[in-house]
Amino acid sequence: MIEARGLTCGYDSSFFLKDINLKVKNGEIMGIIGPNGSGKTTFLRAMTRILKPRSGTISFRERDIWTIKLEELAKMIAVVSQRSETAMMSVEEYVLLGRIPHHKRLQLIENKRDMDIARRSMELTGTLKIKDHLIDEISGGERQLALIARALTQEPDLLLLDEPTTHLDISHQVMVLNLIKRLNSELGLTVIMVLHDLNLASEYCHRLILLNEGRVRKIGSPEEVIDYRIIEEVYKTLVVVKNNPVSSRPHVFVVSEEKNLRPKIEE
Amino acid sequence: MNKKLTKWFLWVGLLIAGLVAVSLFSLSVGSAAIPIKKAAGILMGSGSGTEHTILFNIRLPRIILGLAIGGALSLAGVILQGIFRNPLVEPYTLGISGGAALGVSLHILLKLNNLTGLAGYPLAGSIGSLLVIILLYGLSAKKGILKMQGLLLTGVMISFISSSLIMLVMAISRTQDLHGIIFWIMGSLEEPSWTLIKIMLSISVVGLFLSYFYQKDLNALILGDEEALHLGVDVERAKKGLLILACVLTGCSVSLAGIIGFVGLVVPHVTRMFIGKDHRILLITSYLLGGTFLILCDTLARTIIAPMELPVGVITGIFGGSLFVYALTRKRVFVGGGS
Repeated sequence: MIEARGLTCGYDSSFFLKDINLKVKNGEIMGIIGPNGSGKTTFLRAMTRILKPRSGTISFRERDIWTIKLEELAKMIAVVSQRSETAMMSVEEYVLLGRIPHHKRLQLIENKRDMDIARRSMELTGTLKIKDHLIDEISGGERQLALIARALTQEPDLLLLDEPTTHLDISHQVMVLNLIKRLNSELGLTVIMVLHDLNLASEYCHRLILLNEGRVRKIGSPEEVIDYRIIEEVYKTLVVVKNNPVSSRPHVFVVSEEKNLRPKIEE
Repeated sequence: MNKKLTKWFLWVGLLIAGLVAVSLFSLSVGSAAIPIKKAAGILMGSGSGTEHTILFNIRLPRIILGLAIGGALSLAGVILQGIFRNPLVEPYTLGISGGAALGVSLHILLKLNNLTGLAGYPLAGSIGSLLVIILLYGLSAKKGILKMQGLLLTGVMISFISSSLIMLVMAISRTQDLHGIIFWIMGSLEEPSWTLIKIMLSISVVGLFLSYFYQKDLNALILGDEEALHLGVDVERAKKGLLILACVLTGCSVSLAGIIGFVGLVVPHVTRMFIGKDHRILLITSYLLGGTFLILCDTLARTIIAPMELPVGVITGIFGGSLFVYALTRKRVFVGGGS
């Protein structure tokens, strides 16, 4: 579906993503993980045409994304970013903004199809009951759901999310990620998301890409990537990895200082 | 959906009714009072003589110019606030009005109207404001990305510089030109040339029409530049088009009526408070309300201390400024974070 080949890019200053190669298949949930400043969000921004590659390419269905018209791209790729500014508008108005790429230039009013799709997105995300609330007066969890509803209203094939669970409590984290999983399995939506929490990433993603200092450290299934040697090396923290008793996905346990000092002394 | 459309039609109808009412009021009051009924009759074609002359040669031109300029300035305000997601932005604060004023002063000083004819004033104003925007772009758009704070600060500085330069122009111009410049800078809707009035009206109506080509982009920009890009908007191109539009609207307005502040700041805010921030309805309603507001202010300006006349900027300043403060303390009307 989307493929990065030898991608190198960055901002004006010194930081760069270096030589990233990644191929995301149709219907996959791909998690981007890595320490702070490892280039996770930069990678996502390169995939959404905010950042232009210095070298290498990103292609969507075998076409370089920089050769696709922005409007066409917005009908295929939707982004849920942390940088969205809130505005004094109702949830429904906000969700309807997702129809913009489908509108004609002088189309002044949504047609029935636009309304139906917005309604369906709100149903799917459970935001229909708050559709008349103001977007900046709802809770953080509801806001995240509204953001996803807006993205779905674009009718994308690929959904990119930038840390969709930040600042949410566990019930909302799970609610958002369950929703993403459902969208993936029921609508066949391909998902790429940046996640901070390694355990959530391991639990919900089919594959993970671990970035470190702008380079790919490891790509593979959660079992392959969430390995205590790799995690300790990249995060420079002592950890224990055990499987989740229910899902048997690997989970990371941190080891607090006192405990990890003792074995060292004994050695 | 139909509910929304009905609501929008109601607002537009209401504002048109308001515009007509204020225009009729403005036609009837003045040093020679003409009852509204009679004024309407004369407009329809009956009557002649002095009253006919007063209506058609003095009051009606001002009303039409008021609509054109009030609408143009409000539209420029909506556009600029939409681009910059900042409620304090308007043609004046960005230095666009200042640039236009400087352009027109130079035009008067150099007597270019012998060359360019009547259209020279709006042309000079538009060129002045466009030069300001090009300068702003050059200074703060490094590598194609418009950085907002830099732009705003530079805009305020350009305002200062252009008013200093206008002083300089005044200092070195001859007495008869000086009179022209001062008279024009005071700001007035008195314009003897029907041709210029017609030009201004067409520019502002065409501007309104063109702004609708960008309504999608303006709505997407509410969410920020990056989100607009994610919604398929070519942000840089949309911004350039919108800035040029705002410049031409401002430049023409300033060239005909001087600097009239606060219209572009207050009218969009009031409209947003009542109607919301959807640009599909905001553009037309701001235009109508802006026209109505300026006609009302101008009517007050020429009647309050009749037979003398106040500069209309005094009224819009007092009116607009206090309304602005009131609105800010009462309700959140900001466009966005303005980061």
